[in-house]
Amino acid sequence: MSLLLASLSWFFLVAGGLFCVIGAIGMLRMPDFYTRMHASSVIETLGAGLILLGLCLQAGWTLITVKLLMIGVLLLFASPTATHALARAALTRGLQPMLADPKEASSKRS
Amino acid sequence: MMFAAATLALLVTTALLVIRAALGPTVFDRAQAANTLGTVAMLLLAVLGFLTDRPEFLDLALVYGLLNVIGTIAVLKFFTRGDLGDPGEDSELKS
Repeated sequence: MSLLLASLSWFFLVAGGLFCVIGAIGMLRMPDFYTRMHASSVIETLGAGLILLGLCLQAGWTLITVKLLMIGVLLLFASPTATHALARAALTRGLQPMLADPKEASSKRS
Repeated sequence: MMFAAATLALLVTTALLVIRAALGPTVFDRAQAANTLGTVAMLLLAVLGFLTDRPEFLDLALVYGLLNVIGTIAVLKFFTRGDLGDPGEDSELKS
């Protein structure tokens, strides 16, 4: 049982770290502000969720798990709010999303 | 060992996000990178607490997360409207 828990938490922690790195690479490589927002949401949902789940499995039924769940709930409410405020602020200031040119192939970088 | 792996991944993430914050053409790119950096720092604090067997770090992570949201929204409000709102005026209701 403890071996199962240990290997599960290994898997969750490594997968979460991997998703964090993938999201960061996306934020570096995406061409446009609104597409970068998509990459940052990978870090804030999948990466954070998997890492917190792995830590929960390590902690067992203690107060530490409760604190980890509180961090998770905070992230769940706070990061969509911040992302929404960010997108609305950018649109209000007149930052236009990058759209595909209808004459060319759809997924070309400008 | 597994905490060391997660810490390493989070540090690589931090480095890439700092590069984006330095490059970012508009102020919104920088704000977004700073917001995501806050999330990653929160996770890093939690994992570091487990790595060094000091679970008190989780409280620091919680406080960091709360401050991060308020900071991001304040910066966005400042760059969208030019101020943080006049307390004598009902500017919230109009927008």
